[in-house]
Amino acid sequence: MQHTLSILVENKPGVLSRIAGLFSGRGFNIESLSVAETLDATISRMTIVTRGNDQILEQIIKQLNKLVNVIKVIDFVNGDFVNREMALIKVTVADENRSELLNIVDIFRGKVVDVGPDAYVVEVTGDGGKLDAIINLCKPMGIKEVARTGKVAMMRGTKQKG
Amino acid sequence: MKQFCVNIESKAQRYERGKSLRLKGSQILLETLVKEGVDVIFGYPGGAVIDIYHELPNYPIRHVLVRHEQAAVHAADGYARSSGRIGVALVTSGPGATNTVTGIATAYMDSIPIVILTGQVPTMLIGNDAFQEADIVGITRPCTKHNYLVKDIVELAQVIREAFYIARTGRPGPVLIDLPKDVMNSFCEYDFPETIHLRGYNPTVKGHVGQIKRAVTEILNAEKPVLLGGGGVISSNGAEEFRFIAQKFKIPVATTLMGLGSFSENDDLSLGMLGMHGTYPANMSITNCDLLISVGARFDDRVTGKLDEFASLAKIIHIDIDPTSISKNVKVDIPIVGDVKTTLKQMTEILKKEDKGKEGKKKRKEWLDQIAEWKITYPLSYVQKNVIKPQFVVEKISELTKGEAIVTTEVGQNQMWTAQYYKFTRPRTLLTSGGLGTMGYGFPAAIGAQIAFPDRLVIDIAGDGSIQMNIQEMATAVQHGLPIKIAILNNGYLGMVRQWQELFYDRRYSQTHMNTAPDFIKLAEAYGAVGLRAVKPDEVVPLIQKALSTPRLVIMDFVVEPEECVYPMVPSGSPINKMLLV
Ligand SMILES: Cc1ncc(C[n+]2csc(CCOP(=O)(O)OP(=O)(O)O)c2C)c(N)n1
Ligand SMILES: [Mg+2]
Repeated sequence: MQHTLSILVENKPGVLSRIAGLFSGRGFNIESLSVAETLDATISRMTIVTRGNDQILEQIIKQLNKLVNVIKVIDFVNGDFVNREMALIKVTVADENRSELLNIVDIFRGKVVDVGPDAYVVEVTGDGGKLDAIINLCKPMGIKEVARTGKVAMMRGTKQKG
Repeated sequence: MKQFCVNIESKAQRYERGKSLRLKGSQILLETLVKEGVDVIFGYPGGAVIDIYHELPNYPIRHVLVRHEQAAVHAADGYARSSGRIGVALVTSGPGATNTVTGIATAYMDSIPIVILTGQVPTMLIGNDAFQEADIVGITRPCTKHNYLVKDIVELAQVIREAFYIARTGRPGPVLIDLPKDVMNSFCEYDFPETIHLRGYNPTVKGHVGQIKRAVTEILNAEKPVLLGGGGVISSNGAEEFRFIAQKFKIPVATTLMGLGSFSENDDLSLGMLGMHGTYPANMSITNCDLLISVGARFDDRVTGKLDEFASLAKIIHIDIDPTSISKNVKVDIPIVGDVKTTLKQMTEILKKEDKGKEGKKKRKEWLDQIAEWKITYPLSYVQKNVIKPQFVVEKISELTKGEAIVTTEVGQNQMWTAQYYKFTRPRTLLTSGGLGTMGYGFPAAIGAQIAFPDRLVIDIAGDGSIQMNIQEMATAVQHGLPIKIAILNNGYLGMVRQWQELFYDRRYSQTHMNTAPDFIKLAEAYGAVGLRAVKPDEVVPLIQKALSTPRLVIMDFVVEPEECVYPMVPSGSPINKMLLV
């Protein structure tokens, strides 16, 4: 089962390695990871997507909580939460597909952020499924490169979970 | 006591004179250690820590110069286990630091509070493959409770205080501080940080009252309860509270290897150790009980045997300071996260109130009778004929020291026979590497214990293999005049591995016969210690007596039955009631 963990940590060197070590030490894969400072620059938020049975995940969450530099762990497993990823997709353009591409970008509410003689860079945000979909639609035109961020997540409504 | 401490002005004095106190990093380090109550360091010098060693004579800290850095950490660990205070080790960068890893991992597995100070190359050289550089913070990340690299002298005092705080609170453990050379020899204004604030670290001390009440109800209703005492009873100093509950409510007590000493084995309620080499009554009680109250134990696989059949008839109450220990291996009905001592005190109050003086014992007679019968049918046993039996040696040491010595062990059969045949009567008297099983632990740990308790009897019960792993520490012990007694159960084999080969690998003794051993008597003499040997059973008692009355480091070389096995034994992966008995 897929879990999205949102982890508030002290913004210090080595913290990422401690957290990654907990996963790798148990033979667990991190599917995606994103890290950035929060409003308080001494605290960072990591969003980690991982997969595993509930018992092992419970162990991992307890272990995360035990790390001295970890302030809080939230497991967005079945919670009511918003999650977004972003992708930059470099698509080959030729006269015959240019308008089709712009159409697709429009439908997906993406943006063309760089225009070259034979390629455009498209920016899209959304959940993983939406990004997969646009990438699949662009494939026939020829994708040169894709860069995707990890997932970021947040509870809906006014409720604050850290 | 010599008072060499650098004379620190009080804050007020300094304020008055409007001038700040500037100290060198090495001075800040030592000053803060003194303030933390450190009076002994186990260590070994080198280029990266030479500044610290240069200042050391100015401070009221005793230094014990070991002969290998691994031993410095084991000695700090033995000091901590025996005294309950934090042990401190100091080593140089690179090889000095990497030599500590086994010691740190040993302490980590057994939750022992120690602080390891490692030298590091100057900050500007870190990451450059400088001479004697090792990324010790990276290397020890998975085997420390926490570790630090101090890159700025401004953080130094604060980091040291945090390290000590983290090492001793919550589930204790080793904390390492890496100290670059330039940080040690630059200057900074010194202020002893009065407070510690760690946003992500706040261990639960008190148990949840609702959970404790549920546990109490179960305890009062159980007909066949068993208490299981682990290392947490000892490390939380909770043995008194533990004993009170056992005796007041007539609950038999099994202990883990780490829990030996948490409950006197002279008490009728004692079942001894459980698990792979546990006693028959302990393993049978756990298998047949209707309530298991586990206190500060973590259900290691050597304790549980086959998980599905471990205490499968019982409700399980699990008290532990570490939430990650709970429901990790064994599913628990009533988890209680908290410090053992504090939680047991809370529990006692509620038990007394709920029980209304009935002491909940009326239903227990049948159960206690059953246990008494198990004890009579299958006691620990061995047959002493012409060759000395190792069990006999341990039994005699136990009798002659009345179960009151501080006993360290090496690893292997010697460790298990000590656990079985030495009758421990109080906490902090068995120092043994339980979790990691580190051969070579016992002797340096004995050094730490003897430094902590100069007037107590400290014995390392050793194997002929293990003792050779840190034998160089003979020099350390002699240098400091430590009258440790080493009892080698000399079977000429890596006995525990040989036992497995005998029982499960067609008796193929591949690489377990130690056919070239030193003459331990000459070896002792070469180091300036005393060596004694017993070959016949009737020599055992006089030899022990002689050693005990010799106020020097003594090696007792007991030439024992080479192919003796440790029984009972539960084959790995079997249920613990399926014991091989002889
Ligand atoms: C550092 C280390 N290496 C290897 C082992 C594996 N091992 C466990 S017990 C044992 C034999 C120990 O022999 P000895 O010290 O003579 O004790 P005995 O079992 O004979 O009493 C070995 C090799 C270990 N526990 N620790
Ligand atoms: Mg041996």
